[in-house]
Amino acid sequence: MGKSANLRDGVASAAVRAVNRISRMTGRGSGTVVGGRVGMKISPNLVTSLSRGRTVVLVSGTNGKTTTTSMIVAGWGVPVTTNQTGANMPAGHVAALVTSTSSQAALEVDEAWLPETLAKTRPRVVVLLNLSRDQLDRANEVRQMAERWRKALEVHNDPDVVVVANASDPLVVYAAEVAANVLWCDVPTTWLADAVSCPKCTLGISHVGSQWHCSCGFAKPTKITTVLGDELVIDDVTVALDLSIPGDFNRSNAAMALTALHSVGVELNEAVVRINAVQSVVGRFSVRRWNGHVLRLLLAKNPSGFEAMLATLANDSSDVWVAINARIADGRDPSWLYDVPFEKLRGHRVYCFGDRRLDLATRLDYAQVEFVIVEDDAQVPVSKETISLLANYTAFSDWLEKSEP
Amino acid sequence: MTTICVLYPDLLGTYGDGGNGLAMLERARRRGLDATLVRAGLNDEVPDADLYLLGGGEDGPQSLAADLLRRSSFASRVRDGAYVVAVCAGLQILGLTFCVEGNEEFEGLGLVDVVTSRGERRSVGELATRVGSQLLVGFENHGGRTTLHGAVEPFGTIVKGRGNDAKNDGYRTKNIWATYAHGPVLAMNPWFCDEVLATVTGQELEPLASVADLLYQERCRVLSS
Ligand SMILES: [Zn+2]
Repeated sequence: MGKSANLRDGVASAAVRAVNRISRMTGRGSGTVVGGRVGMKISPNLVTSLSRGRTVVLVSGTNGKTTTTSMIVAGWGVPVTTNQTGANMPAGHVAALVTSTSSQAALEVDEAWLPETLAKTRPRVVVLLNLSRDQLDRANEVRQMAERWRKALEVHNDPDVVVVANASDPLVVYAAEVAANVLWCDVPTTWLADAVSCPKCTLGISHVGSQWHCSCGFAKPTKITTVLGDELVIDDVTVALDLSIPGDFNRSNAAMALTALHSVGVELNEAVVRINAVQSVVGRFSVRRWNGHVLRLLLAKNPSGFEAMLATLANDSSDVWVAINARIADGRDPSWLYDVPFEKLRGHRVYCFGDRRLDLATRLDYAQVEFVIVEDDAQVPVSKETISLLANYTAFSDWLEKSEP
Repeated sequence: MTTICVLYPDLLGTYGDGGNGLAMLERARRRGLDATLVRAGLNDEVPDADLYLLGGGEDGPQSLAADLLRRSSFASRVRDGAYVVAVCAGLQILGLTFCVEGNEEFEGLGLVDVVTSRGERRSVGELATRVGSQLLVGFENHGGRTTLHGAVEPFGTIVKGRGNDAKNDGYRTKNIWATYAHGPVLAMNPWFCDEVLATVTGQELEPLASVADLLYQERCRVLSS
C-alpha cells in the first residue's frame, strides 16, 4: 500500500469518527452507518485496512447473528471490537472498526454481504449459523443465498480461514463443504422447511432423527467437532454450558460461539463461564417496564425465529403480546406470518400490536387463537405476571425505546 | 364432503402459502360445511381432491414440482374438472412453458395456453387487481412475465403492481383461478376465498364476518390510495 493510500485511510477513519460524533450530538441516531458511509466514500477499501493485523471473526446466518456475536465478544475475555448496534453491512463494520484498536474483532454480517466482507476483511474465523426464509421481498431466495456463500468460500479457499458451520442445516453444509478448513457443529436446528429439497439436485432430502441425506449422496457431515445434546462437547472436551438467557436455540448459538473461540485458542472452560453470565443482548431477552406492565422483550423476525421463540413461552394460559411491523427493515411483506406455527398459542390470549396488527389478528383467527387487537396501548389491563412480548425488528426497537429497565 | 389438497407444500410453500388451505378450511368449518384439508408432499401420490392449491416456490423446487406433477395424475384430474387455485410459481407451472433464473426454459403442464418468460426485472411489491366489482389485494415477488394466448382470460386488471405484464394479473378458466398475489391471498381476500368455496361446494354461502374483513378493508384503503 502506498503512502497516499495510507493517508487516505487515515483521513477516512477520522471522518467516520467525526461524522458519528456529530450524528450522536445532534441526536439523529447512533450514527454508525452514516459515518461508515462517509469513510467508504473517501476510501473504498477502508474496511480492509482497518481489519489488517486483527483477528477477525465473522458471524452470519438468518437467525442468532447478534446473540452469537455478543457471546463471542463476551467469551473472548479480552477487548473485542464489534458492531453491536445491528449495523451489519460494510458501513456498520467500518464504523465499528474505527472505534477501537483492539486486535480482536467480532463482526455480525448480513447474509447478503458475507461474500464481500469475507474478501475484504480476510477473517480468521467465519461462523455460519443457519439459512432460512427471511425478508424474501429483499433477499428473494434462500437457496440463492446458499449458492452465493458457496461461491465466496470457493474463491477464498484458504486453509487459514476456519469455517465454523452448522452441520444440521443442509443449506449451510452446501455452502461450507467447499471450504478447506471446516469445524462442523452438530447442534439442534428445528427449522428445516427450507431444506426439504436438496440444494444440489432438488430431490427430497430425508431427515431421520438428527441425520439427513439425499439419494444423490449429499448428506450430513460425519467428521464432527462440536456436539450439542444434553451436554456440550467440543473437540472431546465437555463444556459446562448453563446460559442465563432462555431458549434452546441460544444453546446452539453458544456452542458455535465457543467453537469459534476454541479455534482462536481461547480456553473453553473460561470462555463458557463468561458466556453463561450474559443476561441480555442489546435489549433482547431483557425484562422491561412499561405503563405498569412487566415485559420480557423477545425479538423474532422470521418463521424460524418465531418458532424458536414460541418454544420458550410458559406452558400456561398467560397472556402473550405480539407486535408486528412491515417496514423496510422488517421486509414489506408479512406473508411469512402464515409460516409461523401460531397454533402453538392456543390457550393463550394474544394482544396484537404494531402497524400490521390486523394481519397478525387474521392469522391468529385462522389458527383458532384468542386475540385482542390493541388500538390504544393504554387500554391493556395490567397483569402482575411478567408478560412475554414477541416483536419483529422495528417493532422490537419501538418497544425497547418506549419501555424502561 | 369437500376435499382440499395443498400440493407440495415442501416445494411450493415459500411465501406463507399454507395460509390459503388454512383459510379455506376454516371458512368452510365455520359455516358447518363438511370439508377436509390434505397435504401432499413430494414423495406422495397426488390424492383425489375437489380443489388443489398450488403455491409459490424458488426456482429449483419449482421445476422439480413441475416434473413431479407431469408424471402424476394431476393434469388428468384437472381436465376432468377438479378445481385449482394457483399462485405465483403454481400459476406458471400450469402453463405451456416457464423460465427460471438463467433463462432456462422448462416445460409446464400445458393445462392453460399461457407462456411465462423471464421479466426484465423482478416484480416485488404490493399487488392490487380489479376482479369484476371486487379488488384483490396481496403481495407479489416473482421474476416472470406471463403472456396469455388464445381465449385465455386474465383473472384481474392491475390497479397496483405488475402481475403478468403490468396490465393484467393471472388467468381464470372454468376451473382454475391463477394470480401472482402469493401466500395467504385467500386469507387476505375473504370474498375470493368464499367465491372459490361456493364454486367448489356448489352451495350458496352466507356472509361470514371475521377480522379478515377488517384486514381486507385496510389493505384496500392502503393499496387504492
Ligand atoms: Zn441431492
